[in-house]
Amino acid sequence: MRLEGLATPRYGGMLGLAAVIAVLPAFLPNNFYFDVVILVGLNAIVCIGLNLLVGYAGQISLGHAGFFGLGAYASAILTSTYGWPPVAALLVGAAAVGLLAFAVARPIMKLRGHYLAMGTLGLGIIIAIVLTQEVELTGGPDGMPVYGFSILGWEPSGVLMWYWIVGFLLLLTVWLALNIVESPVGRALRAVHGSEAAAQTMGVDVVHYKVLVFVVSAVLASIAGSVFVHYIGFVTPSEAGFVHSIELITMVVLGGMASIYGAVVGAAILTMLPQLLTFLHDYEMLGFGAIMMGVMIFLPKGLVPTLARLIRERVR
Amino acid sequence: MSLLTVEALSKAFGGNVAIDDLSLSVRQGAVHSIIGPNGAGKTTLFNLVTGIYTPDSGRILVDGRDTTGLAPYRMAGLGLSRTFQNLQVFFNMTALENVMVGMHLHCDSRFLPAMLRLPRVVRRDAEIAGEAAELLRFVGLADSIGADSDAMPYGALKRLEIARALATRPRLLLLDEPAAGLNPSETTEIDDLIQKIAGTGVTVVLVEHDMRLVMGVSEHILVLDRGALLAEGSGEEIRHNPDVVAAYLGEEGRYL
Amino acid sequence: MFTEFLQFLLSGITVGATYALVGVGFSIIYNASQVINFAQGEFVMLGGMMAWFLFEQAGLPMAAAIPLAIAGTVMVGLALEKFAIEPARNASIVTLIIITIGASIFLRGGAQLIWGRDFHAVPALSGDAPINISGVAVNPQSLWVVGCTLVVTILLHWFFSRSMTGRAMRAVAFNMLAAQLAGVNSRLILMFGFGLSAALGALAGVLIAPITLTYPDVGIMLGLKGFCAAILGGLGYPYGAIVGGLIVGISEAMTAGYVSSAYKDAVAFVIILMTLFFMPNGLFGRRGIERV
Repeated sequence: MRLEGLATPRYGGMLGLAAVIAVLPAFLPNNFYFDVVILVGLNAIVCIGLNLLVGYAGQISLGHAGFFGLGAYASAILTSTYGWPPVAALLVGAAAVGLLAFAVARPIMKLRGHYLAMGTLGLGIIIAIVLTQEVELTGGPDGMPVYGFSILGWEPSGVLMWYWIVGFLLLLTVWLALNIVESPVGRALRAVHGSEAAAQTMGVDVVHYKVLVFVVSAVLASIAGSVFVHYIGFVTPSEAGFVHSIELITMVVLGGMASIYGAVVGAAILTMLPQLLTFLHDYEMLGFGAIMMGVMIFLPKGLVPTLARLIRERVR
Repeated sequence: MSLLTVEALSKAFGGNVAIDDLSLSVRQGAVHSIIGPNGAGKTTLFNLVTGIYTPDSGRILVDGRDTTGLAPYRMAGLGLSRTFQNLQVFFNMTALENVMVGMHLHCDSRFLPAMLRLPRVVRRDAEIAGEAAELLRFVGLADSIGADSDAMPYGALKRLEIARALATRPRLLLLDEPAAGLNPSETTEIDDLIQKIAGTGVTVVLVEHDMRLVMGVSEHILVLDRGALLAEGSGEEIRHNPDVVAAYLGEEGRYL
Repeated sequence: MFTEFLQFLLSGITVGATYALVGVGFSIIYNASQVINFAQGEFVMLGGMMAWFLFEQAGLPMAAAIPLAIAGTVMVGLALEKFAIEPARNASIVTLIIITIGASIFLRGGAQLIWGRDFHAVPALSGDAPINISGVAVNPQSLWVVGCTLVVTILLHWFFSRSMTGRAMRAVAFNMLAAQLAGVNSRLILMFGFGLSAALGALAGVLIAPITLTYPDVGIMLGLKGFCAAILGGLGYPYGAIVGGLIVGISEAMTAGYVSSAYKDAVAFVIILMTLFFMPNGLFGRRGIERV
């Protein structure tokens, strides 16, 4: 492997990310920091999927937290109410969410621009409302507790174990996403974004690819939701809510469109930002809104692509 | 042997009749041109044939097969490809990737193998990249193989679209104003390229306004006016057809 | 039986009129700029909150507090256009959506900061005593809401069909480049659009505050449902938004009354999904064709 190979997203990037994940625990002073980092990892997994949909395929979803919430509740209900093994619940939840996404995708993906935004928004809100109202099943607005997580009998004990689990899942997601992006499927997705008419003419079934990427991103969100809920031990309907959906899309747009690592960076920044802003107390929401507007106005491509381009121009 | 036939084709947008009971046929082999004044319906015809618009009535046959109403993405599989009047380059990709998209039907585009990076997908992709680079050289863009498409000049982008369209390995190539916006020397290069393409056995149909290009490169010319076929024939026949001269060539006819 | 139905109907019309005013605001801004302003609901919130503040804290009579609240919200709307929308005019749809969402969060944060998170009461325009209309107890404020919406509808109709500015706005909505070539200053139109939408939102906020109470988060759901109204009516058609608002409001009230009050909030979003799936251009919109 030549040295230039290290500069690619695949080798250099994954190596870098793996190194960071391996070394980070040494720098985290206490459980609180582990908690934040684990949340970053889970958000990053959702954002990578969302970035495939928004950044690469050029679509939009303002309701993605709905899928996260469905995965979360599927795991919660199947394990805690019905005693299913957690991994089975996670897989069944992901399959169910995939089916739902597939059923809804065809009509929704016919929409463009604002209409698509509104359609996904409506879907997400309806999911959140159902989760809130079906009190018998879900515990209603107060949520429900989630008991125990085990993989074939082994139970993760302590925050460090969870850290390794999430870290591994993140690396796996990055690898799978990079594979997709660098394949004919990835090119087809980007073609859909570039020009639907031209993509069709080249034999790309645009509707098929939009549905595909929508389902894949929904399934990723569901899996992240399931893992999240076992880690936290509790689930509330706000995980599926509008506010969470907005946070997710902001992470993607902030980190960078059409950039896998951008999704990771965006998730990291926006998960940690509220923690950093707590010192602002009452100014927190104001500050958050100001940052959202500022970044979108001045760095519309997002952080990672803008930085990457600056670096490339310096190197030339 | 007719590669493309339209029968009694009609299409209207609101009150505006774009194609009016049009029937024409394009023989396999050779370069054909469709000319006509602005608004004659040339690009609309291309859009109908490639499935982007659905006709109000009439039929479209490609290689004897009725393709009326087929979804546009199916047309590439039937040997039909095209370029666009207002560039539809994938500006979010490099030149090479643009052409590689053209080879979509010829690569391994299954999802699970792609996601798992199976060796077969990787190998095929490397082959595709090689073939795409060859196509870029074929159209004269050897220097742009690694370039970002949004950094390329207009003339190069016109040729990029042609390379991309050729990547689908079409039997029938529709070029929508390939010389629009090009200066005379660039137009001559397009002329040479079209002849080179025809030499490989691809049937070429172009829509053009540049009469020098049309007369120089086509063996068969169809004249459209107000959505209907006004005349067809060789360059000589068209040039001297009084209806055509009256409707269209007018001043320009004097310079040929 | 019938009085119950009338009760629901009237309550539906009242809330529907609010959605209508918010929806009209969406349509106006969309027409002037192709931007979906997710902060529209916050204009409603600001109208109500400012009116409360001016009345309660500054001691002004409602007659002065209301117009000042509307004026204040208009200033905020203009500032939003100038500092958040203008600089990003050529950005993608996703970016613009995120900007207006950021603006919505910013405005809510600002309201929370200045006025706290509590719910506040605002006095009704003509008292609280319910009026009895054929057995139905009608809140007089509801009559104000519906009445003002009617007046606004008539004024908007006159504005868009008779006044130069109104016709310029319609021209911009139809084809911005052509309108500019005809001498229309699209930047001014954009600012005017934001100002007008802010005024409409603030009016809705001021009128509805005595009924629902006012608080910093009141705009979120109102904004989203107003958006549903705009899409139902056809994005960019102000009259459509009014009809859409009424349909959404009445459907909501009927669902709450006859089906289940728990799912009341879902109604607007189910309506919008059905609209998007089956008539994406809304009740009054027209189908467009993409030219390649």
